[in-house]
Amino acid sequence: MFAFFVKRLVSMLLALFGITIIAFGLIRFIPVDPVEAYFTINQIPATEEAMTSMREDMGLDQPLGTQYIVWLSHALQLDFGTSFVSKKAVATELFQRFETTFLLAVTALVIIIVSSLTIGIWSASKNSGWLDWLTRTAIFTIASMPSFWLAFLFIYTVALKWGVLPLMGWGSFAHVILPSITLALGFIPYYIRLIRSSMREEMKKPHVLFARARGVKETVILRTHIFKGILPQLITSLAMTCGGLLGGAAIIENVFAISGVGHFIVEAMLARDYAVLQAFIVIIGGLYIIVNFIADILCAVIDPRVRLKGGAL
Amino acid sequence: MKKHLSLIISSLLVLVLVVMALFAPWLAPHDPYTTDIANKLQGFSMQYPLGTDHLGRCVLSRLLYGTRTSLLLASGVLFITLIISIIVGCLAGYIGGLVDLVLMRICDVLLSIPDFIFALVIVGALGGGIKNMFVAISFVSWVGFARIIRNMVRSLKESTYVQYARLTGVPKRKIIRRHILPFVFPQIFLLKLIGLGSTILLISELSFLGLGVTAPMAEWGMMINDSKTYLMSEPTLMFIPGIMISLTVLIFNWFGDALRTAMDAKI
Repeated sequence: MFAFFVKRLVSMLLALFGITIIAFGLIRFIPVDPVEAYFTINQIPATEEAMTSMREDMGLDQPLGTQYIVWLSHALQLDFGTSFVSKKAVATELFQRFETTFLLAVTALVIIIVSSLTIGIWSASKNSGWLDWLTRTAIFTIASMPSFWLAFLFIYTVALKWGVLPLMGWGSFAHVILPSITLALGFIPYYIRLIRSSMREEMKKPHVLFARARGVKETVILRTHIFKGILPQLITSLAMTCGGLLGGAAIIENVFAISGVGHFIVEAMLARDYAVLQAFIVIIGGLYIIVNFIADILCAVIDPRVRLKGGAL
Repeated sequence: MKKHLSLIISSLLVLVLVVMALFAPWLAPHDPYTTDIANKLQGFSMQYPLGTDHLGRCVLSRLLYGTRTSLLLASGVLFITLIISIIVGCLAGYIGGLVDLVLMRICDVLLSIPDFIFALVIVGALGGGIKNMFVAISFVSWVGFARIIRNMVRSLKESTYVQYARLTGVPKRKIIRRHILPFVFPQIFLLKLIGLGSTILLISELSFLGLGVTAPMAEWGMMINDSKTYLMSEPTLMFIPGIMISLTVLIFNWFGDALRTAMDAKI
């Protein structure tokens, strides 16, 4: 277990290091000069003198290595500089909106887990090709629909035509329902299929047959034998889905006019606010890496085979 | 025949899309860029089969030109990423050692950022527009494939016929070209084809956010974005491009799936 933990920890730290290089490099290697962009955004006449002094202020006249170390040491304290547009600290701006996005993503995750587990487990006990066909068709159809379009469809039917749920904006729990369902919908068929097929796989295994032969109750078999078997795969997939949810939130927030991180980041991009961009990729990328790391460790705790295979190398 | 029915139907549908894209200028009843404010937001009619948008442009014509935009961009991404991932995969897989280690670590890091977010950030850094979106989507799309190719090349390198070629002193380039690529290429091409649907989806998502294709060029995601102001009065303006995106992606996904099934059956 310890070897496995160390190995995963090292690769996680390496990935985090890589993210900071990308975030730092992204702004340096683009053909656009951030200082010039700053002047353009704020409509300040870009004189040579003003630009040079700005460069010195931002430390852009230092060698790249020094710049990176200075930037990183600030970033580690969650200081990503100030936004070009609002002149406020980037980290504050992001964290202020993070709660909204987090609520949206977590609600979507709960919807995904609850609905796909319910339908998945129920359908696994049914032995029919018809169900296979149905989930397969559902995956194909839903996976083909762009989420922003689905969102508009929901807004049009549920909010505009029926008037059941609030149209847009944020505030009460009713505001969360429609966006989070839209966000979750794309992932649900995939999970139903995953749960159904891996449960059926698990049911065929000898230890389940043996438990049944011993007369263990069906519900106990389901809980302790079958479910435990599919759990590692489920956890790994859910961790990957977190990244998809955060990306999807950027679109959904824009459709529903929710002032979360995704909405903010798209606006920052249109305004070419580079400091925000850097902070975003470090925080979101870092978060995603850490979530996947935790998922890996969880899998190893649940399933000894994972840690034996992973730790041996 | 019946076994390949799914493949036949889906490839016919793909063909229809390709024809729509190629012959858009001849198929379109109107110029997709001509604005006609007097005739804005018209319903279905003989003159405008799918009505007109908020600037009086023919929706059907824009839809057809949108097919062109999406398919052209997506196939461009396919070819660029095919080349990049083959080069990286072959370098890492065949040379191995330090080259392999460094390249694969880079892939690890790039894979550790969710695709959509990565593309979003690259477009954000470069600025919107069709060219930068193309760069961003290509940049996030090659990584996974490079890793698959690397693994394939590594196992092929150990096969007896490649070992024989190496022993007899055939140069590395020639081994890769003659003995490795002919095996790797069809499989990777197939995987790329399967991914075409999601590339089209990505294009429409970025354009919807205003970070991709810029006006006045016709693109489905942007058409939906344009229509949102008229959601209440003219919902068809939103329905139609969305149906088009969904159908296109569905057709490509279906085609990819059918192709894979057929190939699996053959192997």
